[in-house]
Amino acid sequence: MLKIRFGFACLALAALPALAGPPTVEVLHFMTSGGQAKGMKSLKDDLEAQGGKWVDTPVGGGNSEDALAKLRTRVMGGDPPSSVQLKGPLIQEWGALGVLQPIDDVAAAGRWEQALPKRVSDTMKYKGQWVAAPVNIHRLDWMYANPAVLNKVGIRMPSTWEEFDAAADKLKAAGITPLAHGGQAWQDASLFEIVVASVGGPEFHRKALVELDNAALTGPTMKQVFDRMRKLRGYVDANFSGRDWNVATNMIITGQAGFQLMGDWVKGDMSAAGKQPGRDYVCANPPGGGGASFLFIVDSFAMFKSKNPDVLAGQKLFGRLMMEPRFQENFNLAKGSIPVRNDMKLDKFDSCALAARDQMDKSIKGGGFNPSAIHDMAVASAVRGAMTDVATKHFNSSISSDEAVQLLARSIKQARE
Amino acid sequence: MIRQAFGRHLSALILAPTAAATLVFVYGFIAWTAYMSFTGSRMMPVYELIGFDAYTRLWQFERWNVSIVNLLIFGSLFVGVGLLTGLLLAILLDQRIRAEGLLRTIYLYPMALSFIVTGTVWKWLLNPGIGLERAMHQIGWENFRFGWIVDPELAIYTIVIAGVWQSSGLVLAIFLAALRGMDQDVVKAAFMDGASTLQIYWGIVLPSIRPAFFSAVIVLTHLAVKSFDLVIAMTNGGPGYATDLPAIFMYSMSFQRNNIAVGSATAMMMLCTVMAIIVPYLYSELRPARSAHG
Repeated sequence: MLKIRFGFACLALAALPALAGPPTVEVLHFMTSGGQAKGMKSLKDDLEAQGGKWVDTPVGGGNSEDALAKLRTRVMGGDPPSSVQLKGPLIQEWGALGVLQPIDDVAAAGRWEQALPKRVSDTMKYKGQWVAAPVNIHRLDWMYANPAVLNKVGIRMPSTWEEFDAAADKLKAAGITPLAHGGQAWQDASLFEIVVASVGGPEFHRKALVELDNAALTGPTMKQVFDRMRKLRGYVDANFSGRDWNVATNMIITGQAGFQLMGDWVKGDMSAAGKQPGRDYVCANPPGGGGASFLFIVDSFAMFKSKNPDVLAGQKLFGRLMMEPRFQENFNLAKGSIPVRNDMKLDKFDSCALAARDQMDKSIKGGGFNPSAIHDMAVASAVRGAMTDVATKHFNSSISSDEAVQLLARSIKQARE
Repeated sequence: MIRQAFGRHLSALILAPTAAATLVFVYGFIAWTAYMSFTGSRMMPVYELIGFDAYTRLWQFERWNVSIVNLLIFGSLFVGVGLLTGLLLAILLDQRIRAEGLLRTIYLYPMALSFIVTGTVWKWLLNPGIGLERAMHQIGWENFRFGWIVDPELAIYTIVIAGVWQSSGLVLAIFLAALRGMDQDVVKAAFMDGASTLQIYWGIVLPSIRPAFFSAVIVLTHLAVKSFDLVIAMTNGGPGYATDLPAIFMYSMSFQRNNIAVGSATAMMMLCTVMAIIVPYLYSELRPARSAHG
């Protein structure tokens, strides 16, 4: 009898810690630079204030590849981190492996479905179940300029490519580099995608780079896109190769260059340098069809299954806090992006962020709200890689637009096999 | 009895963990990579064999072909120019000059730097906006142009410059040791017989340091094939992908594009290239030892 009672006591003792453990998350992320790190810290503080335990697994250098390599080995070893910074189709790829943890009850309680644009909520779900929580919405297709420079040579923000060319020629004549650009493969490819959406318009962009429609990829519009890229190549300075995007941004700030076509992380950097939108820099839609387009990039965290009940509790807490207006505001103010929730006040945000929100609403209505293919929101990484290769090859060589169109279609086809 | 047995196998026992680790972590993973290259693995490894599909796809990549051509250009120039520079420096240093120790250290010193440092420094030096070109403009040579590193056609040659700068010191050391190990009497005899310096070097010195050539070629060649960090630091494969090398392509496929099968196939192609160079070398190195035993 005594023995049996002792046995029960042991069992109870063994079970105790499992029942009483705090909600725990291990967060694998690569948000390690300045503003982003500060944003993540605010989420960690929120989580700990609610009695949760946060195990931080950062991967340095803002490097998604290293984070993914780490994730791969952890999943193969049967011990995945509980929340992982993942985005776009990658969430679906991991979902297909059956390793993601649904958190539908948190999503329902937080009214995620109503608060998110449908195209965003679709990427957060695998087979109808919420398996990830979004952090922010970036817009890729922005055009930045320094108003002092524009005034000096007497030009306005161009709304067509003809106006852009006229402005560029004036800038050139004044000894100012028309286009601030960094010749790194991903930047060449980002420029390419912005040009696809503004020369061809949002619908063409969706057909060609998201749906990979062969007629769009090989058609005359794609040739015009490469013609435009060739023209833009003539507007960069001789020394653009290998330059980082924020160095290019600095050329705008210091008045050495006229325009930069890049995502709104540029703005995060401008704010960090104490620059005010409207006064020190202006943000606008890219010329042409860019006025109807919003190429979105949504950072998000996917939940990975664990046998430990503390982890599930932790994931739910993590997801809930991530979607709360408090974190959405803190984080996005620092990063230059806008909150994902459409039911939030944007009082503290600057005019460019408000413009982004307007453009988002407008483009959702008009069908111009599309995922960025180059930033891993739309196509598999092999296909994105093929697009990047061709864009950077064309921009950094003298191949003709026709050759580039051929090469693009061929490379994409090959990457999809 | 036991102690004797222990004593007899002591060295084997001590070596066993290293041998086991090498077996698993080197040869085991080579075997695993080889296996992967015959599967259809994308993001995660799958173990179903599908044949040579990954190799077929690999050879269709325009970028892979660029990186092969680059390897040929880079490899041949890196080895060729590296050998010549190293040899020339060694011969000059061998003239019983003053402060030889100091000079030797200076030439050998780049070898102590990592390729990342070398790459970064040369990137800055060769950048037309901040480096050599700008310096020349500042001292008044306005027409000076040296923009190879931002020219897709010429950028690969800047990698050669940095690579040769880094490794010629090592080649120098190899040749200098060989020159010092030579039988000086032969040279003296040739000199007595009235041979010119050129004749002595061409006819006697160079043939007698042939083994050193061989070592230097092997060292440089395998450095060339596995080159990765130097290019990453200098041009990151750019402009475009004009300075892509096989190792960078492999990294890109395996880790950036979720294409493990093609990445593994690339790794196997590189292994075969290195083997084609190293195996004959090992063969020729080990053969005399065997015949000495027999």
